[in-house]
Amino acid sequence: MDTLKQGERNMEQDLENNVLAGNDAKDIKTTFRGLEAKNVHAWFGNHHALSNVSLRFPEQTVTGLIGPSGCGKSTFIRLLNRMHEFIPSAAMAGQVLQNGEDIYATDVDAAAVRLKIGMVFQKPNPFPAMNIRENVLSGIKLAHLKVADHDSIVENCLTRAGLWKEVKDRLNATGGSLSGGQQQRLCIARSLAVEPSVLLMDEPCSALDPGSTLRIEETIKELAQKIAVVIVTHNMQQAARVSDFCAFFLTDGGPGYLVEAAPTKILFTNPSDTRTADYVQGKFG
Amino acid sequence: MSATVTDLQQTTAIPEPTTPWARTRGEKLGTVVTFLISAIAAACIVLVTGLAGVDGFGLTLFVIFVVITFVRTIRLNAKVRKDEFVKIAIFAAAVLAFSPWMSIFASVIIKGAKGFRPNFFVETMQTTTPDDELNLGGAGHAIIGSMLMVIIATFITLPLGILSGVYLTEVRGRLTFWVRFVVQSMSGVPSIVAGLFIYTTFIDLTNSFSGMAGSLALAVLMLPTVARTAEEVLKLVPDDLRSASYALGARQWRTSLMVVLPTVRSGLTTAAILGVARVIGETAPLLLTSLSSNSYVFNPIGSPIGSLPTYVFGLLQIGTENASNRAWTGALVLMLIVFALFSIARFVGGKDRR
Repeated sequence: MDTLKQGERNMEQDLENNVLAGNDAKDIKTTFRGLEAKNVHAWFGNHHALSNVSLRFPEQTVTGLIGPSGCGKSTFIRLLNRMHEFIPSAAMAGQVLQNGEDIYATDVDAAAVRLKIGMVFQKPNPFPAMNIRENVLSGIKLAHLKVADHDSIVENCLTRAGLWKEVKDRLNATGGSLSGGQQQRLCIARSLAVEPSVLLMDEPCSALDPGSTLRIEETIKELAQKIAVVIVTHNMQQAARVSDFCAFFLTDGGPGYLVEAAPTKILFTNPSDTRTADYVQGKFG
Repeated sequence: MSATVTDLQQTTAIPEPTTPWARTRGEKLGTVVTFLISAIAAACIVLVTGLAGVDGFGLTLFVIFVVITFVRTIRLNAKVRKDEFVKIAIFAAAVLAFSPWMSIFASVIIKGAKGFRPNFFVETMQTTTPDDELNLGGAGHAIIGSMLMVIIATFITLPLGILSGVYLTEVRGRLTFWVRFVVQSMSGVPSIVAGLFIYTTFIDLTNSFSGMAGSLALAVLMLPTVARTAEEVLKLVPDDLRSASYALGARQWRTSLMVVLPTVRSGLTTAAILGVARVIGETAPLLLTSLSSNSYVFNPIGSPIGSLPTYVFGLLQIGTENASNRAWTGALVLMLIVFALFSIARFVGGKDRR
């Protein structure tokens, strides 16, 4: 019992040190390792979609973003690897720092940022003109990376994505010949091949069956031993299962905002905000 | 006694697969018999009355078929009868729309068949006069000339057309509106204007009619077709794929080149073939640029060059029987080439739609 309490206290300590907003963390002298959003806002034209979000994503953790539809979760993670700017009317404010460096600084190359901060989308989207092997290697080819041993990368990434056993005998088949869950794991493998230090996942399991979802959750846990994973999900159980930290977003009709961020266990059992409690207990949303 | 779900009788035998929604054999037979009776009746009427020819037969057949169907379905309910008549109406409309095309095709085949012999493809008109027997001379020079010009035009147009498609859908730069506007207006340019344009520029410059000039005129006509088809095809690429590529750290041109374009490879092939089919029968611009020739010309620069459309045009103007027959064969070959190209486009375009 005592050890458990101790563990919880440690997590709270973690929270104090790592998850809370950058503003409150002036006393941390060393550069924060990982991804950090500071007072981030987002607009689409005149529509203020996201207001003043500050969050930290330490290395080797999984952070779940939960909240009702339209509260800006997807907008937020698209801001984290500069996919937001592909929408013509988009605008933003605030800072996103990776290992202390602003990814929106004028001299930073957006393509290089996305190479380090990968993304998996809601809908599986393997490249139809490429086979499974080429799909895994596509990032390397697209970004002109020099790699010696392609075969080991293919095997390594597919293994980490939990797909190797199923496809090792048909690496030349097209991505489209796989099932939805396999396609999504192929997309994860593809993101891993360029060795990102953060992987953003925008509802990666929302189109998948429970079996595939389970496989992907296992994959996420394995990934978190090396990199930071940020996952948007509408599935509260999933957030509870896979994430170390959880952030709850909400909108009152205006821009979405962050209500509360905490270690997952605390957010689900003893949240500090009543709205969080209502949401995680399924009273609304 | 309360019935439960388990009370339903469970059978383990696998039943025969059936298609209860399909038309029964009796219904199918009814239609066929009705059609045969109508055809025989129509043939008789055409023989004994003043109605004549294919048109007369078709019209009589249609009327009799409608009447017999009406009689046959009079005892059935109104819905079935209505269904029968709508079927007839739609079938008749299809035949009506299809028949002009068939008529053109049939007359070209019939009239062109006389001269459709091996020498037509390998010999030229160098030592043959148009009025000679059909076993002498041919259109080898015209076929080669057409091929040469169309291939050069394709090499000019394809990169330009695909690039403008990429500009319109991928780059979406500041000039998008104007590029699209110019491409659309260009597709409305009369072909003779394209010929005149090359005549006043390229031919004035080089001082001679040539295959190159012909190719350039064809390229002017081909470009809008290729560009617009390429644009339409590129629009079909889901944005998901572009996002996925960008999220892997790819730049825009790498994304276009390695993700977007390979995805629509077959569509772009279709664009090229549609462009070729658009210009291969053009006559007017060639009369002003490549002129014509009676012998093989392989060099696209410096001298006039033969082509199938100008071959047909020239021989029809002479007007004697053998000359006309040669012209019809030329038209037949031209049509077969277009037909083959469209078939290839269909085949290639349909192949990898997964």
